[in-house]
Amino acid sequence: MSGVRVLVGTRKGAFILTSDGNREQWAVSGPHFAGWEVYHMKGSPVDPNRIYASQTSSWFGQIIQRSDDGGKTWQQPGLEPGDVPDFTAPPEDDGMPQPAPSRFVYDTSEKTGRPLTTHQWYDGSQRPWEFTRVWHLEPSPTDRDLVYAGVEDAALFRSSDGGESWQELAGLRGHGTGPDWQPGAGGMCLHTILLDPNNPQRIYVAISSAGAFRTDDGGLSWRPINQGLVSDYIPEPTAEIGHCVHNLAMHPAHPERLFMQKHWDVMRSDNGGDLWREVSDNLPSDFGFPIAVHAHEPETVYVVPIKSDSEHYPPEGKLRVYRSRGGGGKWEALTQGLPQENCYVNVLRDAMAVDRLESCGIYFGTTGGQVYVSADSGDHWQAIVRDLPAVLSVEVQTLP
Amino acid sequence: MSRASAVRVILPQQLRMLAKLEREVTVMVTGPVSQRSVIDALETAYPALRGTVRDHAGQRRPKVRLFACNEDISHNAPDAPLPDVIASGREPLLIIGAISGG
Repeated sequence: MSGVRVLVGTRKGAFILTSDGNREQWAVSGPHFAGWEVYHMKGSPVDPNRIYASQTSSWFGQIIQRSDDGGKTWQQPGLEPGDVPDFTAPPEDDGMPQPAPSRFVYDTSEKTGRPLTTHQWYDGSQRPWEFTRVWHLEPSPTDRDLVYAGVEDAALFRSSDGGESWQELAGLRGHGTGPDWQPGAGGMCLHTILLDPNNPQRIYVAISSAGAFRTDDGGLSWRPINQGLVSDYIPEPTAEIGHCVHNLAMHPAHPERLFMQKHWDVMRSDNGGDLWREVSDNLPSDFGFPIAVHAHEPETVYVVPIKSDSEHYPPEGKLRVYRSRGGGGKWEALTQGLPQENCYVNVLRDAMAVDRLESCGIYFGTTGGQVYVSADSGDHWQAIVRDLPAVLSVEVQTLP
Repeated sequence: MSRASAVRVILPQQLRMLAKLEREVTVMVTGPVSQRSVIDALETAYPALRGTVRDHAGQRRPKVRLFACNEDISHNAPDAPLPDVIASGREPLLIIGAISGG
């Protein structure tokens, strides 16, 4: 029988939740990487046993982890699993390059790189680009060893060897508008990566707080795709750059149709981001973080409204997912099984996902440590777990 | 031929878990025993620790501190010799994460 594996990244480790296709009884494994922040985990679409994880720490830096057995065991790519060196021997220098796992270095080379410029800081001053962490890992739909990483300070990296080595696609950071990019509350992060399933040359990314960008040449050159966005909280509300895009979503059958949850406003584009229009309509608040599309209904979209940019909790203390069956607009509240009083959690941008079972499952995690599932497209919800550390990300794998 | 010193190092919990190590490890340091040579030896013996105590450019991470004989030596020159009791393995070098919540 088919099943699902839910990959949950939290402030204090990772958890893996598994169930059969009924999605009623769950097994919980974890914490993995206990005590570390796990910003994101995602499985390869071509090999579900291959999972990538971003393990990060303000103290000890960035670690990339990889599993080839569905999350049972992990290793840092480039290091042999279970390798216990002879620590009684003096270090040898045989001239061979030493493995350097999880090394992210901005490409400033003359041939493929761009000079390291500055970006805007919160107070308007300029600061040098500085790598902090990986926010999002996006494995290729066709090659299990090809994976992209969105990082803070904002840049896109690519690995073609299963995460052993990383190369920046520097055309994005070197787009020329970098000095106008600035951090959102979580840092200046590239948090969303969408790979066009029909066109490997086309990639979409989103950066807080710069906006959305698209490449049509595999990452060599990029252009901002923010026309139609209106952000009243920046000096020039319709500027080309500076919009705080929180998340993008795409249905693989219609890769030119994009949905966006912006700082405020829910948006839609039907031409690959060339032009956006607002579809917030009757939402109780159009502020929020994640946005997701139903697995089998390309016009069915989900958001979780949050009260405001300073009040990061649901309006009226009621945790409600909103569903539009018309590609935005005419939103309906989905509440059955969700707390409808005294609920003041947040749902972060990478913390909602959908499975691909016949009855599409919707999943989201909260900063209060709950992970909810609906096995019927959002009509009814149940908590899989209630007491995890604050949830940073949720991804789901649909297993054969 | 340079003499190799057995230097004891105490690791913070997060790094023990990362590299699957006990609280204390012993590394063999060839030549003068300094912060740099000890961490070089540590990273060579345990590649999983590369980039964690020092970043990939070789700079000590701001929230990582080093103590020798109860003294904070984090800001000493990386090549300054460590005390004899550290170099001889009688006392361990402490690597700790800054106490800054989290």
